[in-house]
Amino acid sequence: MTTALFTDITIFVLSLLVGFEVITKVPATLHTPLMSGSNAIHGVVVIGVMILAATASSPVGYAVVLVAAIFAAMNVTGGYVVTDRMLEMFRSHPAPARSGPAGAGGAAAPRAKAGSR
Amino acid sequence: MTGFAVSTDALYLLAAACFVLGLHLMNSPASARRGNQLSAAGMTVAILTTIAVLARDHVITAAAATVLGIGLAIGAVAGLVTARRIKMTAMPQLVSLFNAVGGGAAALIALGDAISHAGSGGLAGLPVRTTLTTFLDVLIGGITFSGSLVAAGKLAGRIPGRPLAFRGGRAVNLLLALIAVACGITYTAGHGGLPILGVLAAAALALGILMTLPIGGADMPVVISLLNACTGTAVAMAGFVINSTPLIIAGALVGAAGGILTKLMADAMNRSLVSILAGGFGTGDEHTDALPAASGGGTVREVTVDDAALQLAYAAKVVIVPGYGLAAAQAQHELVELAQALTDHGVDVSYGIHPVAGRMPGHMNVLLAEANAPYQQMKDLDEINPAFANADVVLVVGANDVTNPAARRPGNAVSGMPILDVDKARSIIVIKRSLGHGYAGIDNELYTNPKTQMLFSDAKAALAALHTALGAYVH
Repeated sequence: MTTALFTDITIFVLSLLVGFEVITKVPATLHTPLMSGSNAIHGVVVIGVMILAATASSPVGYAVVLVAAIFAAMNVTGGYVVTDRMLEMFRSHPAPARSGPAGAGGAAAPRAKAGSR
Repeated sequence: MTGFAVSTDALYLLAAACFVLGLHLMNSPASARRGNQLSAAGMTVAILTTIAVLARDHVITAAAATVLGIGLAIGAVAGLVTARRIKMTAMPQLVSLFNAVGGGAAALIALGDAISHAGSGGLAGLPVRTTLTTFLDVLIGGITFSGSLVAAGKLAGRIPGRPLAFRGGRAVNLLLALIAVACGITYTAGHGGLPILGVLAAAALALGILMTLPIGGADMPVVISLLNACTGTAVAMAGFVINSTPLIIAGALVGAAGGILTKLMADAMNRSLVSILAGGFGTGDEHTDALPAASGGGTVREVTVDDAALQLAYAAKVVIVPGYGLAAAQAQHELVELAQALTDHGVDVSYGIHPVAGRMPGHMNVLLAEANAPYQQMKDLDEINPAFANADVVLVVGANDVTNPAARRPGNAVSGMPILDVDKARSIIVIKRSLGHGYAGIDNELYTNPKTQMLFSDAKAALAALHTALGAYVH
């Protein structure tokens, strides 16, 4: 076993642990955006396809690159856009157009700001 | 290490940090959108860095660059259009579809890498590190690709949601798995080359289809979580194959997310992962609503729309329990309008949402958010259960097994399942079309509780009627 491989395995295991730690704190309310957002993150496979394209030199190789590029680009753009669309809908109080007095919203707005970082 | 290599590695590290921080910001609805945008910014950095690497090293042929560009453009447009047009009720199948293409792309990376090596000097000299991870990537990625497509088909209603099993199906699955593993070991040991990799890919695709078909529609929240975890793992394996750290990190993060959600969903459904994957349980979508089940003991009380509206109007605290039936009837807008009218009238309204209320983890929350419900009113199981004792009225819409008090007793189909303690409330109104059974196929003892009143109607019609009737009591 080489040092480089062991470094990669270390990175993999530590990333798994970081993932568990961060994701257990996500509330049930956000589980669908979490899944779709993590879906978008595995769209990072697109850079793998780009690296693969650099090694392709046969017609079969090009065909594989083409299909993989379509898949990966669809995954990464679609994933981020749909997650953003979903999260945009999560409001602390109903949108003014439809609702009555926004009593609860007044209290929630400053908290939303403080919670940013 | 050259200065260029240091700066590209630093940029990849930055991207990975953005992914982690982005997921971290998802711990609250107020910061979640920024988290996703941060994650997208990290992704942009990673992609631009890769373009810089390819351009500087002049390693990519003009033909490959063209093919890559065309493929990326087609995929980006397809992703953008579907993501913008999709309805929120159709979200589970879209997530499944993106999962499929991600897993497919990961498997293709390993295949493409092997094809490139075969073209330049053969596969014999490859280290085990590459051949082993190629095997795992093709196997997991292949299963995820075809399995997610079948799951998406079931969720979209193109493939029947009921379990589709045939005699000897498990033996066939076992045989396919053995073939896949045998091919994988052979390839890892440096024999067989591309043909054996092709057989492995075919076996993995067949396995994905045959494993997903017998799983009932109602088990889908668990299945898509599991497939999500598999895609993450496949992407990490692809990272090992082509020595790309960002793929390893991102893949591991997604694998962890999918793993956690799989466990949460399986626990919430009171089912073990093994029994779900064995399949054949439950009817999935088609609840036996038409059958008026004869309740064993106790009588069922009915309530009129006017009476129900009156009770809601004069309650101080109302908890609404939406279930899968609400999503199926697409009645979330009517429900939220009713809840908003009650809130404006001064009633304390909250939603008690069971983890498996929708068709994927957290789906009900998204449907309610789309219908303009404030997220502070959405409570999960642990938050809402202590609140039922203080609730004047609980309004159950389209939820069945997750409210059945029989779960607290051993010896029945729902024993041990985490339930919403609806029966602790002072009064309960259940909107349901009939006394039909839910997924577990047993009588719901809640319906014969003396505190329970049944409003037999379609959810959408009943909620609209309640809202109208409420007008007589609130101004």
